[in-house]
Amino acid sequence: MSTDKTIIEVTNLTKKFKDFTAVDNISFTVKRGEIFAFLGPNGAGKSTTIKMLTTLLLPTKGKMSLDGHDPILEQFTVRRSLGVVFQDPSLDDELTAYENMGFHGMLYKVPRDLRRTRIEKLLKFVELWERKDNLVKTFSGGMKRRLEIARGFLHHPKIFFLDEPTLGLDPQTRNHIWNYIKNLNQSEKITIFFTTHYMEEAERVAQKIAIIDQGKIIAQGTVTDLKNKTQSSTLEETFLKLTGKKIREEKADGVEKMRTRRRVWRRR
Amino acid sequence: MSVIYTLWLRELKRHLRSRSRIVGSLGRPMLFLIVLGFGLGPVFARAGAGNYFQFLVPGVICMEILFTAVFSGVQVIWDRQFGFLKITLVAPVSRFEIMLGKTFGGATVAAIQGFIIFLISLIVGFRIQNLALLPLALVFIFLIAILFTALGITIASLLEDAQGFHLIMNFLVMPLFFLSGALFPLSEIPKILLIIVSINPLSYGVDGLRGTLINDAYFGLTVDLLVLSVVTGLFLLIGSYLFSKIQI
Repeated sequence: MSTDKTIIEVTNLTKKFKDFTAVDNISFTVKRGEIFAFLGPNGAGKSTTIKMLTTLLLPTKGKMSLDGHDPILEQFTVRRSLGVVFQDPSLDDELTAYENMGFHGMLYKVPRDLRRTRIEKLLKFVELWERKDNLVKTFSGGMKRRLEIARGFLHHPKIFFLDEPTLGLDPQTRNHIWNYIKNLNQSEKITIFFTTHYMEEAERVAQKIAIIDQGKIIAQGTVTDLKNKTQSSTLEETFLKLTGKKIREEKADGVEKMRTRRRVWRRR
Repeated sequence: MSVIYTLWLRELKRHLRSRSRIVGSLGRPMLFLIVLGFGLGPVFARAGAGNYFQFLVPGVICMEILFTAVFSGVQVIWDRQFGFLKITLVAPVSRFEIMLGKTFGGATVAAIQGFIIFLISLIVGFRIQNLALLPLALVFIFLIAILFTALGITIASLLEDAQGFHLIMNFLVMPLFFLSGALFPLSEIPKILLIIVSINPLSYGVDGLRGTLINDAYFGLTVDLLVLSVVTGLFLLIGSYLFSKIQI
């Protein structure tokens, strides 16, 4: 079976920013068609790892392979095979839902006719077809997320990266979004790599989990493996046992400041 | 090519759709045109320097282009942590294409704004000296627009976050405008001021536009065109280099 094959392989990956080691010699593999959860407290190195895997950041050391290609040497090949949903919304608010999809298709050079049929199918799939001509700025947080998921799938990626896709959404919307993602995973055999702070979500959907803390992977395996190892009844308990109960203080960097400012600007 | 076109189209659509932005950014140049143009006009005429309103129009067109262009370039700061740019950077397209698309998009928007000021001036009473030079005037408008959008992107690539934005507006854009000869004739100004004006690329834009529209160039159209083209090319190069080095 093709599901036995590895699609993401990371060996001894390290990223240093001056004296600070954000990602410290991590190794893991993700199987083709798997739903993989990458968990960890704030500042553990999740986003840095995703940036390296998605070709946005060069590692200091280590090897990566995505669907048999090196993201450093074969940047474009790797990019074509990835779908990404970032933590911060990355839609164009001033454009309509349809235009956002259209521009994405043009960037990925999806031929015009194929683009049309896929956009229609995907917008119907995330239940936004009726709103296709509305500007994205009139959308709720959940609708924007759904649109981003539809967009990320437009060029039929092999691996889908989702960085906290359900952050700040109500349980109904979260439930919907996971249904879409699981659906895509099953019908299209697409590999899902996601991060989240909601442990019950990871417990419910992930087939394999890696927990990262202070740049190091401290545990990996299936949900049952991890629960047995730590003798916990829930994944949340496992997570807290492994990473401790101390609250992680993250320095408010430039990005965080901008996030706050942006919120203020938007409210006006 | 299709990538550049896609990004260009996006900037244009965004701009044409936000009517408040189009109208809003016309406020400042209109104020200059009306208050200074008609307010200082009598004094200028008494000094024997001719019609100040005629003289001012090219300068105010440049003002509108400068502000719109730098602003749309600097917006990359916002786009780079959130939004469209980040998702564009993981697409299978080169950063050079992205930079060019953004620059031409922002520049087209700035040129449109400059052209609107030109049209309004015509309504208020501005008269062109030589209609045959109008196409060349449009070339100047586009060159100025490209130059300063590229400058905006260059700055945005260097800045860590949006904190420095007002600093740029006050300590770069305002001096660029005031020290460009947009508001005063260069023929009798102090030597030091003339030197400063001469190293400001916008001065050649203002001069070129003045030369083509009211036949009153100080440096001469050939010099204007040459300096402007070289500096524009330079900023496109520097801008795309720094843009390619942006760390997300």
